[in-house]
Amino acid sequence: MIDVNNLNKSFGDNHVLKDLSFKFEAGKTNLIIGASGSGKTTLIKCMVGLHKQDSGSISFDGRDFIKLDKKERRILRQDLGMLFQGGALFDYLTVKQNISFGLDMFTSMNQKDKDDRIAFCLNRVNLSNINDLFPSELSGGMIKRVAIARAIALKPKYLFCDEPNSGLDPQTAIIIDNLIQEITQEYNITTVVNTHDMNSVMEIGDNIAFISKGELAWSGDKKSIMSSDCKVLNDFVFASQLFKKLKK
Amino acid sequence: MFVAIQKIGKYFSLLKQVFSKPENNSFYFRKVIDEMVNLGVNSLAIVSIISLFMGAVVTIQTGLQLNNPFIPKYLIGYATRESLILEFSPTMIALILAGKVGSSIASEIGTMRVSEQIDALEIMGINSSAFIIQPKIIASVFFFPFLVILSMGIGMFGGFLAATLGGIISKSEFLYGLSYWFEPYYILYALVKTVFFAFAISSISSYFGYFTKGGALAVGKSSTKAVVYSSIVVLIINFIITQLMLS
Repeated sequence: MIDVNNLNKSFGDNHVLKDLSFKFEAGKTNLIIGASGSGKTTLIKCMVGLHKQDSGSISFDGRDFIKLDKKERRILRQDLGMLFQGGALFDYLTVKQNISFGLDMFTSMNQKDKDDRIAFCLNRVNLSNINDLFPSELSGGMIKRVAIARAIALKPKYLFCDEPNSGLDPQTAIIIDNLIQEITQEYNITTVVNTHDMNSVMEIGDNIAFISKGELAWSGDKKSIMSSDCKVLNDFVFASQLFKKLKK
Repeated sequence: MFVAIQKIGKYFSLLKQVFSKPENNSFYFRKVIDEMVNLGVNSLAIVSIISLFMGAVVTIQTGLQLNNPFIPKYLIGYATRESLILEFSPTMIALILAGKVGSSIASEIGTMRVSEQIDALEIMGINSSAFIIQPKIIASVFFFPFLVILSMGIGMFGGFLAATLGGIISKSEFLYGLSYWFEPYYILYALVKTVFFAFAISSISSYFGYFTKGGALAVGKSSTKAVVYSSIVVLIINFIITQLMLS
């Protein structure tokens, strides 16, 4: 579980996160939703340690990231996996080398064990025979799946996904969403997904935080989101004609 | 002025992070070897071609200047050697490498920054600046002196070809001039400044790449800045080391 408490973050005069608190539960797909510029990415970047918050705490199963020393932080970081919006695969490495990267850096596994782990991770994301391809030779959906394979290679306890299905067609987007949810439940990972895609919300939203102007405006699950009377949430959810009709 | 001081401070602060202990020594060693190939071996062709023609032109121009019956002809070979060792090979090649290697380093790191690959390293718990930049600096500092020595040799060969094929002086006179009054200290001077040039080019280019903000356009700007600032710093270092070692 990840516990975010009274988080504040500003960039100059721009107060992006305002006293934000939320609990991201283990074994569930936790979604951060909100309009563009609402502070979703800043929140996720604070959680993974890419931004330092001004005040407040982020606690990973009781371990407060800010209070940890350098060595403890490094150990905690090895429990984090992240799927970036563009995949962020190392473009000078092949698919196999990308997945093997964390194993080479942080484990003393022999080559056979590494190869087995790579094969397992690729198989888990339904990919095969692409070991020697470079990221530039992959499609958008394949890049996302390889990025998931890389993120789970070190068996993370916490998985962060920044807009995992942006730029993907609806079918591939659902495949990626389902994959994230399956992996979350299978390995009891605390997964945090940053999205503004309502299809994803309805597909995998176990625990949802809606952020508006840097504040937590609503929280709940995919069942309760349709019946909420929170105005800013309804403006966001029912922005499209399809969802308006769906509500009627 | 304040911004310039701030940037210099940021550069030294980055260097401090770069030279921290690696997470995995063997992995870093492999990266250093890869960078030696990427930055050094891949520059062999351009260094060789430039040096060959540079040596030839220096010989022709020196021949023109020393076209006097009171000046012995072998001095053309001597002047070619001294020009190449003292200035042309180390400084000219450093400026060429600032363009080739500097832009390559800045654009590579800049692209890693804008495509979130650096963030991915940080999240894994890897010191991204050390992981990316340290091997490039080490590879450059170790390999650039070899490129400069090679440049000296090929430059002299280019001079030899121009002198003999162009009928400027005889083969034996040129070779006598090349070996005349040789001062090994000049080689040391050239190599010392090459090491400083290598450090400046790789670290300044890495700095601009590492702090790239934005998209593809920003990567291009970082690459241009890397070349411009590296070249200026190379010339400043050249002046300082020459003052310290030769004056």
